Amino acid sequence: MYEEPILRVRNLEKQFGDGCKHCMQGAIRNLEKNYCPACGTVYACQDISFDLFPGEILGIVGESGSGKSTMMQCLYFDADVTSGEVYINGEPDLKDQNIFELSRQQKRYIRNHQYGMVYQNPVHGLKMNFSSVGNIAEKLIEAGNRNVSEMEATSKVLLESVHIPLFRMKEEPRNFSGGMQQRVQIAKALSNNPPILFLDEVTTGLDLSVQASVLDLIKRLQRELGISMIVVSHDLAVIRMLADRTIVMLNGSIIEEGLTDQILEDPQHAYTQQLVYSLL
Amino acid sequence: MKTKTQFAFFDEGSKKEIRRAILKAVCIPGYQVPFASREMPIARGWGTGGLQITLSIIGKSDVLKVIDQGADESVNAVSIKKLVHSTTGVELVERTQDATIIQSRHRIPEVPLTKEQILVLQVPEPEPLRKVEAREFMTKILHSENDYSGAWLMLFEQIMKYGRTATGADHPVYVNNRYVMAPSPIPRFDNPKMHQSEALILLGAGREKKIYAIPPFTDVESLAFDDYPFTVESFEGKHCHLCGATDVFLDELADNQTGESLFQCNDTSYCMDRLNAVEKVEVEGSYV
Repeated sequence: MYEEPILRVRNLEKQFGDGCKHCMQGAIRNLEKNYCPACGTVYACQDISFDLFPGEILGIVGESGSGKSTMMQCLYFDADVTSGEVYINGEPDLKDQNIFELSRQQKRYIRNHQYGMVYQNPVHGLKMNFSSVGNIAEKLIEAGNRNVSEMEATSKVLLESVHIPLFRMKEEPRNFSGGMQQRVQIAKALSNNPPILFLDEVTTGLDLSVQASVLDLIKRLQRELGISMIVVSHDLAVIRMLADRTIVMLNGSIIEEGLTDQILEDPQHAYTQQLVYSLL
Repeated sequence: MKTKTQFAFFDEGSKKEIRRAILKAVCIPGYQVPFASREMPIARGWGTGGLQITLSIIGKSDVLKVIDQGADESVNAVSIKKLVHSTTGVELVERTQDATIIQSRHRIPEVPLTKEQILVLQVPEPEPLRKVEAREFMTKILHSENDYSGAWLMLFEQIMKYGRTATGADHPVYVNNRYVMAPSPIPRFDNPKMHQSEALILLGAGREKKIYAIPPFTDVESLAFDDYPFTVESFEGKHCHLCGATDVFLDELADNQTGESLFQCNDTSYCMDRLNAVEKVEVEGSYV
């Protein structure tokens, strides 16, 4: 028996612009990097396919502008895709259904029950003028919880697990340091026990000791709760520490994928080689 | 050239447009119907929404009552009454029972309304989600998707901060189990009066250009968490110092000399009615 992937992404495409006769001709797009020199259409994600297995951390690396964040936004329904399919394994009703074709209500259901998202910038993931406990409760309310003491208790457990002192739980995240905001965001993303967690550059901009504690936390979550995660980062050290498998993206396409160790020790593609050796 | 003044201030085209919006609002209880709010001879934010509804539904046989936070004699109520009267000639009353149209700012009268009456409420902010989402196109999406987590979140925040829901007025309600609606800034005390109300309730926001409605006998449920049930303002042990009424919404007045608090009916015509009734009994008794 083979293990079944929890998330299957097939031929995901995302373009900004309508395209023209230069870049619309089948497989050969004649692009310069990821845009068409004739009409300026940007092909942010091109033919992206991969699987995410239960309990694994999938790393995604690539230079800025390579389409990592756009892909995450598409997966989390923050942005509409141009074309492509995603299948989720977990909800029996949604089996073999392309979730990009679902109604907005169904997409919101998936967001609230299957997904957690941690944005690079906490401003996107948190309501800065609502209390931290309120921010976590928001996700629980969205999922249909209407019991205050229950939500408060859940929030307390989560905030404790991300090392936010409980006497500050009623404070707004705007009063917090960047690292604390990021940890509140992680607590919020985890509040519904989502089987799938998206982490977009979570440690970028944090100082080293905070980075270490956030990474520790992520690793612990994977071990203890068995959450599957997609971790986007341009920091190879983060990928080396977290990811079981890694995908390398360049100009909107996947150019290499494999076990993280394999990619970092024996890179095949010229760009990956350059990326790995520039680190050392 | 002097043209003849129009009945009820508006030209017939305006009335038609506003009536259409009202009809749509009645068909979709709690849904905010946009309408082309007219320029009125009073400033926006001073009851133009309510006034436009009143003027477009009023007929020659109607009897009008206008109240401003329970009071019949406040400047705003009097000005609106004068305007409607001078353009329609309809009868003006203060007794709730005698009116067929009651335009009100921030109160529902104490006397239960009947199916012959229409209550018109003035609304400053018709959007219950505005505090969590500033953009109109986003709140429209949230309404269409039945996503009211923002309204719940506001109540949750209040419970976290103050230990209870702290909406002084305008406590959001579910209408017909579908739309979450701002009931206009009526006290929580008045929210239950909307539930299964015999009278048609029309709400108008002139500045925000929205009309919405609660048709008669519609379910109206105030938002409340399982473990923090909805409560109304309590006036336990207090009574009106004039008419002695309990179980009504009371205003607190401070006596400057003694520093003591006095309580008085907020609904002035209700209070007056009770006082007159007592007087009548007294007078009748002394004649025998």
